[in-house]
Amino acid sequence: MSLAVKAVGVRKSFGSHEVLKGLDLEVAYGEVLCILGPSGSGKSTFLRCINHLEVPNSGYVWVDGSIMGYEPRGGVLQELPVARLRAQQRRLGMVFQHFNLFAYRTVLGNVIEGPMVVRGLRRAEAEARAMQLLDQVGMAGRASSYPAQLSGGQKQRVAIARALAMEPSVMLFDEPTSALDPELVGEVLEVMRGLAKGGTTMIVVTHEIGFAREVADRVLVMIDGEIRETGKPEQVLSEPRDPRVRTFLSRALS
Amino acid sequence: MSTLQNPSPAPSPHFPDLPRADTPKRQLAHPGRWISAVIGLALLALLVRAFAMGQIRWDVVGQFLTARVIIVGFGWTLLISACALALGVVLGFAFGIMRTAANPTLRLAAWLYVWIFRGTPVLLQLLIWFNIGLVFPRLYIPGLIDERMVDVITPFVAAVLGLGVNEGSYLTEVVRGGIGSVDRGQVEAAHTLGMTPGQTMRRIVLPQTLRLILPALGNSAVGMLKFSSLAATIAMGEMLNAAQRIYFINGAVIELLFVCAIWYLAGTTMLSIGQFYLERHFGRGAAGSEPRKPWFRMRPRRAAV
Ligand SMILES: Nc1ncnc2c1ncn2[C@@H]1O[C@H](COP(=O)(O)OP(=O)(O)OP(=O)(O)O)[C@@H](O)[C@H]1O
Ligand SMILES: [Mg+2]
Repeated sequence: MSLAVKAVGVRKSFGSHEVLKGLDLEVAYGEVLCILGPSGSGKSTFLRCINHLEVPNSGYVWVDGSIMGYEPRGGVLQELPVARLRAQQRRLGMVFQHFNLFAYRTVLGNVIEGPMVVRGLRRAEAEARAMQLLDQVGMAGRASSYPAQLSGGQKQRVAIARALAMEPSVMLFDEPTSALDPELVGEVLEVMRGLAKGGTTMIVVTHEIGFAREVADRVLVMIDGEIRETGKPEQVLSEPRDPRVRTFLSRALS
Repeated sequence: MSTLQNPSPAPSPHFPDLPRADTPKRQLAHPGRWISAVIGLALLALLVRAFAMGQIRWDVVGQFLTARVIIVGFGWTLLISACALALGVVLGFAFGIMRTAANPTLRLAAWLYVWIFRGTPVLLQLLIWFNIGLVFPRLYIPGLIDERMVDVITPFVAAVLGLGVNEGSYLTEVVRGGIGSVDRGQVEAAHTLGMTPGQTMRRIVLPQTLRLILPALGNSAVGMLKFSSLAATIAMGEMLNAAQRIYFINGAVIELLFVCAIWYLAGTTMLSIGQFYLERHFGRGAAGSEPRKPWFRMRPRRAAV
């Protein structure tokens, strides 16, 4: 299996508060990795470092053949101009906890925005592809609605379609179901399950331990900015070696 | 979970006297509203009476309301206002975007612009533009223009520059605030789609900024229509100036000032109506996107969400 993402010694501080304490990670193509951990342990920050929404203070992230935001040149990592960074970022699809849909665009408008503006597709082509994706997430019937008219679960499914429309090599999910009412969680997880089955490479920050157990190829537990344990879901979730992971899981599962 | 012992489903036999479901309801009377309406009407009647019996020749007001000079003056008023507002909006967006730029030189330049033009009276700025020829006798841009400044800076040009550049300094701050209050999450979403800063600004940030600042722009338009009367001081023949020239001759001072007041009110009213429809048009897709009702249809308004 070839490598899709590799994080090398990623450190990140906000002021004097060190949030990520040198993280290393490898994710292969086709793999589904779930990141678990208590609130404030730095999961979102790590995910945002992977697609360079946050810039690591040291270390770097390699994605799909290049280093995010930099180019190795004569023994240094030369910062890239923003246009080239964006070209790298679009290979990573990002789904946010709070959807972040474009409020004044319709559902269809949200999904065709990236393909038309960034990939330069014609409207007809972008719309045809967008309708396929909306159909895949069960939202084709609401193509002309505005985000404010949708439920949380529907918004999140549109957000997934919007990210997929850029045909990313890796999908990142930051607690995609945490802002949803309990009865709406299922529909979003169902879409994600479908993606996982289809072979999409996914890094999912989640509190849904059931989902992780069922769908993940590998589970990673972060506590206080460190990776405390990683492995097969059955092993990590059922018989964790690290005592702090054990405490976290027993709280999370109760 | 529940502390209720008995969530009784049907009206219980313990309350046999409860009214039926279809019992008619009567709305609360609001006597205060009626009383204030009567008082208001009475005061209005007194005011109208006072002016009707005051020393104003209403026939003169009516006569000059549609006088050619006044209409032409109002035309100039509208033209100055429109040009100055357009200039102000362009400058406001340009410098407002610069205020949020990553480049510190651009930020400083925009800050200087606001500092100077918001920090001095607009009347003073008008006079300076009008007399700029004293500082720079010739306007010389190689290959483009070489003329005496007084020929370039006519009263009209001075009025548009003075009012527009001043308005731009206010709008710069308005635009900066608007950009700052656009949802960060949508900007990040645009970045993850690979949109460059320019694309994000044009496609995501500015359309929302425009919606956010539309009420402020309405204020600017109304204010501009009124501030254009300051151009009367630099011999620009807009409406107030025309009225002054007439009453210097015929002495009907208050009558002509009232004529102006009526036209200004007519203009600002039209602007308010236009603003209402613009805001409603751009409100599409907003949360609770039920369109606002026009106030002049006198329907009871819903409380804001
Ligand atoms: N932009 C920021 N500025 C300052 N501190 C930040 C910033 N973003 C995150 N932090 C801090 O970094 C720490 C880790 O935050 P992060 O959001 O990564 O945690 P998390 O594991 O995603 O938590 P949760 O499960 O609640 O989402 C927290 O203490 C948070 O306060
Ligand atoms: Mg988080």
